[in-house]
Amino acid sequence: MHRQNYYREILRIRRVEEEIIRLYPSDKIMSPVHLSIGQEPISVGACMALQPEDVVFGTYRGHALYLAKGGDLRQMMAELFGKVTGCARGKGGSMHLIDLAHGVMGTSAVVGTSIPQAVGYAYALKAQKSKSIVVVFFGEGAMEEGVFYESLQFAALKKVPLIFICENNLYAIHSHSTGRHAQPRHCDRVEAFGIPARRIENNDGEALHDAVTDARNAILKHGAGPFFFEAMTYRWQEHVGPGTDWHLGYREENEISAWKACDPVLKLANELDPDILTRIDAEIQAEIEDAVAFAEGSPFPQVEELYTDVYA
Amino acid sequence: MDRIIKCSEAIREAIDQEMAVDERVILLGQGIDDAKGMWGTTLGLQKKYGEERVFDTPLAEDGMTGVAIGAALAGLRPIHTHIRMDFLVLAMNQLVNIAAKTRYMYGGSLGVPLVVRAVIGRSWGQGAQHSQALHSWFAHVPGIKVVMPTTAYDAKGCLIQAIRDDNPVLFVEHRMVHQAQSHVPIEPYALPLGKARILSSGTQLTLVATGHMVMESMRAAEVLKTLGLSVELIDPVTISPLDSATIFNSVEKTRRLLVVDNGWLNCGFSAEVLARSAEHFQGAGNISYARMGFAPVTCPTTKALERQFYPNVFNIAAKAADMIAPGISLSEELCPEAPEITLFRGPF
Repeated sequence: MHRQNYYREILRIRRVEEEIIRLYPSDKIMSPVHLSIGQEPISVGACMALQPEDVVFGTYRGHALYLAKGGDLRQMMAELFGKVTGCARGKGGSMHLIDLAHGVMGTSAVVGTSIPQAVGYAYALKAQKSKSIVVVFFGEGAMEEGVFYESLQFAALKKVPLIFICENNLYAIHSHSTGRHAQPRHCDRVEAFGIPARRIENNDGEALHDAVTDARNAILKHGAGPFFFEAMTYRWQEHVGPGTDWHLGYREENEISAWKACDPVLKLANELDPDILTRIDAEIQAEIEDAVAFAEGSPFPQVEELYTDVYA
Repeated sequence: MDRIIKCSEAIREAIDQEMAVDERVILLGQGIDDAKGMWGTTLGLQKKYGEERVFDTPLAEDGMTGVAIGAALAGLRPIHTHIRMDFLVLAMNQLVNIAAKTRYMYGGSLGVPLVVRAVIGRSWGQGAQHSQALHSWFAHVPGIKVVMPTTAYDAKGCLIQAIRDDNPVLFVEHRMVHQAQSHVPIEPYALPLGKARILSSGTQLTLVATGHMVMESMRAAEVLKTLGLSVELIDPVTISPLDSATIFNSVEKTRRLLVVDNGWLNCGFSAEVLARSAEHFQGAGNISYARMGFAPVTCPTTKALERQFYPNVFNIAAKAADMIAPGISLSEELCPEAPEITLFRGPF
């Protein structure tokens, strides 16, 4: 894995999210935002193991996945601004990002709902003898939904070219998983369906990258699949919105220190050449400024657009 | 060339002919590959098109609806079947939150060309959870089309169009209508969705009926004819988008509108038809309105009560007669129970 690219991709997403935080009080983004800060290594590690033609499905906390898979930053920023140049012409917003050209098949705001679609998409790819795979991302809260188990069962039955990635950030909004799960061994439950499952600790996008690479090869070369990975990670910001939420008291602020200790941005910054870091920072800054200017300068949809695209 | 076949045969023929010409069409649903083949509507299709395109599913309506949507996103054209419409309640999330909204919430960048077949049950004690007609629920939601044909001819043409349509289409069938026969061309043909059909012309009352109630209303219209009363019977065929114009044109002439829905009344399709008509005519010219449908209760199993749950030929004819010529008497003997109900034997 190219560690400089890994660092760059994570940092790029983090800087975009920080820009959203900076812009939010201006009320230019008049919609909910579920920020990915802290969880970017999972999206980046997994997507760096994919090809452009591979397809991903995600969740409302989808900025990181969208950008990691190659989603267009200008169109994302315009979408957040509600502009017609947005990836969904302003009709989807932060929770419904899409970029078909880069294999981002959409993100859903109802927990767990995109999981069976990923299974169906993978079924179609297999039927079409395609040489690409599907990866679906969801949180550990989605593993409480019945549709998750229905999806596992059918995916295993039909051996579809799919990788399930659970981003376990421990919390569903403000509820810790210990209050929601009868037993925490998620991989055991998945393995009961005959699906190989592995837990990856410490927000380790590099380990996830290698695991996804191997799984993808096994799928395409040997017809294996599906696979399941539980990637342990941590959300630094509040569930929804631009701030932090330590004041709510549902989690201790010192909980974050262990996650910051293994954060790739902080870690790799110490390893890479300072000149390279400076250059990367400048490039990202310029790209973000361009995207914000694009969003600012774009028009809102005409009112006639209210009635378009209800039906084909 | 055409011949007379049953509605269930027309449905099978539509699927068969579309699968033959379009490799993207797949068929999935519980038990579609078994010996009964969903009352014959899927018989032999797996053998003909293979297990990858025609397959049985786990009992997972929610998940399998998502699977069908995902396959549609990838370019296939799935037909997902449910032997009872009641089971669609388990699939509401995927249908309402995903299938209906995908095109709009992604700014038109992709759609869900999906057909969901659902069969309404009736008779032989189908009871609380095998008899529900939920077409109004789905018609409430923008982005999904709802079709409910009641002749073999319309069933074939509408199903072919539903399969070719780039939108999610809920194709509602009725167990009693499966047996209905009509002329059906052998060749494939598509009928436009959103077009009502005038089943019989008349001058004194517009009767709009859905599902099995179309068959009952047709008989009622025949009875009324023997009394010298003239009814125009309209089958909307498509519940959403609704062809209001055909209904308005008829009411313009008859000045009386009776809606007999194969469902409950409260906040339902019958209310929609009357509301549209009332808005359109704005009280001009003294139009009388009425509606009939399921009793506002859970469907009972025992025949003694089930008989009262549904509108029947007699009370449809009586209501229509009263609207046209108040006080006219109608003999119940003219209105025997529908043969498809009398002859129906379970257990399924």
